[in-house]
Amino acid sequence: MRIPLSWLREYAPVPADATAEDVMAALVKVGLEEEGVHRPTDELTGPIVVGQVLSMEPETHSNGKTVNWCQVRVVPEGQTQTLTGRGIEESGVQGIICGAHNFAPGDKVVVTLPGAVLPGGFAITARKTYGHKSAGMIASVRELGIGDDHDGILVLSTLGLDPELGSDAMELLGLYDEAAEVNVTPDRGYALSMRGIAREYCHATGETFDDFVLDLAAKAPAANASGLPVTLTDSAPIHGKDGCTRFVTRQVTGVNAAAPVPTWMSSRLRLAGVRSISLPVDISNYVMLETGQPLHFYDADKLDGGITVRRAQAGEKLTTLDEKVRELHPEDLLITDTTGPIGLAGVMGGASTEVGTETTNILIEAARFDEVSIARTSRRHKLSSDASKRFERGVDPELQAAAAQRAVDLLVELASATVEEGVTDTGSTAEPTLIDLPADYTAGRIGIDYTEAQITESLEQIGAQVERTETGYRVTAPSWRPDLTDKEHLTEEIARLVGYDLIPSTLPVAPPGQGLSTEQLLRRRALNVLAASGLTEVSAYPFVSEDDNNLWASPVAGETVKSIRLANPIASQQGWMRRSLLPGLTEVLKRNLSRGFKNLAIYETGHVFIPGAQHGSSQIPGLGVRPSDEVLADLNAGIPDQPRHIAGLFCGLVHEETPGAVPHSLDWRDALDSATLVADVIGVKLEVAKGEHQAFHPGRTAALTLADGTVLGYAGELHPKLLAELDMPERTAAFELNFSALLNGRGGPTIATGISGYPATNQDVALIVDADVPAKAVAAALAEGAGDLLEDVRVFDDYRGAGIDEGKKSLAFALRFRATDRTLTADEASEARSSGVSVAADRFGAVQR
Amino acid sequence: MTDSLPEVPENPTPFQVLANIRAILDKDPQNGLETVKQACAAELDRALHEIAEKASDFEELKRVRLEFTGDKGGFTLANKQMRNLAKEHKAEVGKLMGQARGRLAKALETRNAELEEERAARILVEEAVDVTAHTPRRRVGARHPINVLQEQMCDIFVSMGWEVADGPELESEWYNFDSLNFPPDHPARELQDTFFVEPVSSHLMLRTHTSPVQMRSLLTRDVPLYVVCPGQVYRTDELDATHTPVFHQIEGLAVDKGLTMADLKGTLEHMARAMFGEDAKIRLRPNFFPFTEPSAELDVWHPDAKGGPRWIEWGGCGMVNPNVLRAAGVDPEVYSGFAFGMGIERTLMFRNGVQDMRDMIEGDIRFSQQFKMEI
Repeated sequence: MRIPLSWLREYAPVPADATAEDVMAALVKVGLEEEGVHRPTDELTGPIVVGQVLSMEPETHSNGKTVNWCQVRVVPEGQTQTLTGRGIEESGVQGIICGAHNFAPGDKVVVTLPGAVLPGGFAITARKTYGHKSAGMIASVRELGIGDDHDGILVLSTLGLDPELGSDAMELLGLYDEAAEVNVTPDRGYALSMRGIAREYCHATGETFDDFVLDLAAKAPAANASGLPVTLTDSAPIHGKDGCTRFVTRQVTGVNAAAPVPTWMSSRLRLAGVRSISLPVDISNYVMLETGQPLHFYDADKLDGGITVRRAQAGEKLTTLDEKVRELHPEDLLITDTTGPIGLAGVMGGASTEVGTETTNILIEAARFDEVSIARTSRRHKLSSDASKRFERGVDPELQAAAAQRAVDLLVELASATVEEGVTDTGSTAEPTLIDLPADYTAGRIGIDYTEAQITESLEQIGAQVERTETGYRVTAPSWRPDLTDKEHLTEEIARLVGYDLIPSTLPVAPPGQGLSTEQLLRRRALNVLAASGLTEVSAYPFVSEDDNNLWASPVAGETVKSIRLANPIASQQGWMRRSLLPGLTEVLKRNLSRGFKNLAIYETGHVFIPGAQHGSSQIPGLGVRPSDEVLADLNAGIPDQPRHIAGLFCGLVHEETPGAVPHSLDWRDALDSATLVADVIGVKLEVAKGEHQAFHPGRTAALTLADGTVLGYAGELHPKLLAELDMPERTAAFELNFSALLNGRGGPTIATGISGYPATNQDVALIVDADVPAKAVAAALAEGAGDLLEDVRVFDDYRGAGIDEGKKSLAFALRFRATDRTLTADEASEARSSGVSVAADRFGAVQR
Repeated sequence: MTDSLPEVPENPTPFQVLANIRAILDKDPQNGLETVKQACAAELDRALHEIAEKASDFEELKRVRLEFTGDKGGFTLANKQMRNLAKEHKAEVGKLMGQARGRLAKALETRNAELEEERAARILVEEAVDVTAHTPRRRVGARHPINVLQEQMCDIFVSMGWEVADGPELESEWYNFDSLNFPPDHPARELQDTFFVEPVSSHLMLRTHTSPVQMRSLLTRDVPLYVVCPGQVYRTDELDATHTPVFHQIEGLAVDKGLTMADLKGTLEHMARAMFGEDAKIRLRPNFFPFTEPSAELDVWHPDAKGGPRWIEWGGCGMVNPNVLRAAGVDPEVYSGFAFGMGIERTLMFRNGVQDMRDMIEGDIRFSQQFKMEI
């Protein structure tokens, strides 16, 4: 909401030297947040004066252009120029070249003299042009920044103005006024008006607000029989509320719709951000901004019969003022006459009854429409107007007759209109809302012992009526405050009027908590350990393409996975929710590569989104009531599973090259190590087996599972073909783990084993097996055969090539034997080793090398 | 001993004396002893001199050692003759020779130790490296500062006995809006530019704030309840320097008997001080949120702000709207509560001087790495 200061001053005692910033500083204290300042003089400085064209000589030049060489008087005849400056003539007559032709000698115009600066930093100087010294400019509204019209220069008589020569044109055009802009929260519809802002300003400064609307209401005549017949019907009320609760009409005749808009009105509208259209339209906007009541003016001669307010019927259409044909919905509320729809109630009028410059008779509508009905129509037609914005937030049901009266007054005063007798006032004003406020309620909520006077005065200031009862206060909410329905709302009013800054500080003591949950603690540990192990945590958006999900979340090529799709994504090609972190991570990896980084190890944690059997819930319970357990269970069942994943990507070298050390290239082992590290530090045994996933290298991928077989993810080198497609470095490796599922693999506390102090006996053994036998299985066979004396077995070499048959490999194992009760002899160890080898031989045909 | 005595040269050198002590003593038992004594002293002097002057390395030292203590050394040769000396000389000459050889051995040992020490010192010099040339032989990793800040903010509350609650990012409209007293069709819903899920009739959406976790906490935990809810939230904003469609919030909710707005203020003040130092303070301005009444905008006085201490808009807060408590089956006549929330990106921006929102989400490793593990 933009607030021209001159307008605010009419209704609130604003100090003469107050700036827009001062006004904003006051309003923010009562909850209207500062948005900005609109000050024409920031862009426009004088001297800009009223001048009169004495003569104009058209001259056609070689470029084919005809310009006028004008003599313009800028001080009254007989007086001398008091302004000084290069190019300002003492004689009071300026020679000016003007390209426009829409004026004649004798016209009074706006002259920007040398020294003036116009919007866009355009400095006016005396300069040579078209063979003359042109000392100033005859301005158009566009050049002055006060309108779009640049058909010609501004002839002041067209505004109905005949000011004194040499007078300050900026003053005349209202350009010294300025506006403060504040943000009005959705509960405060009434503050989308000068009436509401002036009241809030008084709240901020402690002054008493004198409501001008009360005078207008007193002046407005009552409904009578000669008013236009208006019928309010509603075949489909929304939430049981009628679409239109009050409809006031007034009629005026003999309107001079082409009369100029006075500059005080046009400048205020401009500062308020509303374009000047024509006098009648400007008056309706002016009254809306002033009172908060949206009005609609009909050309009475284009109306056919009386007015009926009703819901639309399927198939009906309406051409609105913006010349768009609207297909109407049975929930749309319409203004109709005998010809059919003539307006989309509360949102936009129809073209057929539009007021134009030829209009002479006007029917004024001041109505009150239901908030929800207007909100839905506005959204349905993607049509948000100044009117709909106010109706959506709730318009004062007592305001209609007063606002219509203000419009009548202005039409009479400015457009020579004659008031017709007919007045319609159909429907009803709402019953006032009564709220019981227990005496100590506010103190109990805020922590201040408010006095009775503070409570009563605050509530009376906002326009409520307060009656003391035995237990507290009975408060009648003001009609313009539909947001005040309960005692907590009154509490806020009291607290904000007395001042939030008076609220003391106390620190409440929470009962003993359980600290972070296991999941939260272990998540932190895993993330910290990955970072400490050298990976860099990044984050990516969870929006992906459907193809991304089908590639990364489905191990088998050609199979599709179900994905959740957004109805209104930022980018349509990324309109799905991720089922894997890797699409986002690959984007991040590529961005870093493009920024010149070659050695990258990055990771991310975040949720993935898995559609379930039940997708959402058709029933949405209402406000302020706890849904039944069944309904809650249904709501929860409809929410997709969103497990947390952890994923990483690796390419380049393990570290930067450094003197005296050769870094290894990151590969599938690093990915696998990171995955197992995560599992290790949260105490889960991760099972590693050969894995197959379409996005991964078929021979260099591990499937990661829990002991019970639950697949948690994959680690390995990405598929070379995919890497080429994605333009990523060869050998780039990745891992992804379902962290939520990984946590399920946690067991109870670890049970300690005794540590034997006897010496160990270390022995190695090399076994030749088929190349496709997993080393892990051979190690398990050795361990099984070697029995309890074997403390540890570890593969330390995997050799294939010369000396080993094709299709075979030689695995070397380091075995460590130890007894718990004695020093082991070499023979005992060898015997145990032989037993291990024979199990491996039986099971895999292993041959000792 | 039956071997014949060698001929002793005229004017023998001290070495020749030592090599022939038996002959000399046999020949002239009176003066011979004196001759031997002098020769012994002279030979020892010569040896010590050689050690001091010539044994500049191990090679030379070895030569000196061989010359004086080897098989052909004067003292060695003298020693071999000891058992054949006359009885009256044996003890005295033995003592003489023992002393001389002891001194010689000690001198050799000392010199050897000196040379060892020199060599060790030289190796340490030769092995020296430039430690400043080293770059880590491991990757340098980092946490994402948004997540670290989120954890730090949670910890302030955990240390006061609060708990941390998590909830789904893809939510039901009821949890995100209706349960929090956002009426359907109310403009307040329009202000939260919402990502809806297909089909719209599923009433699923990406949560626009962390507040649905308030409702989940109220429904699943017992009152009194003190929780903070951190997490990722979504609005349909285009990415620019100050907006991102995906961002993070932390929200607090306390529901207990007798909680007031003063408790809210005290809690926020505590948080501000924990994050911005003892000089931090907070200010409340009236505002509107459907789920709180009264509601307030929260400003924090940041004493270390870039460009000088100042008030900075930090978040929103208020007393829990009774309708929210009712939606959770909590009696608002018995319990009251307060809630607050702030953006974590915004906090990081003014706390750590981040200028551009895009830096936080593009994943450029330089962004995380400048913070490392601690912000």
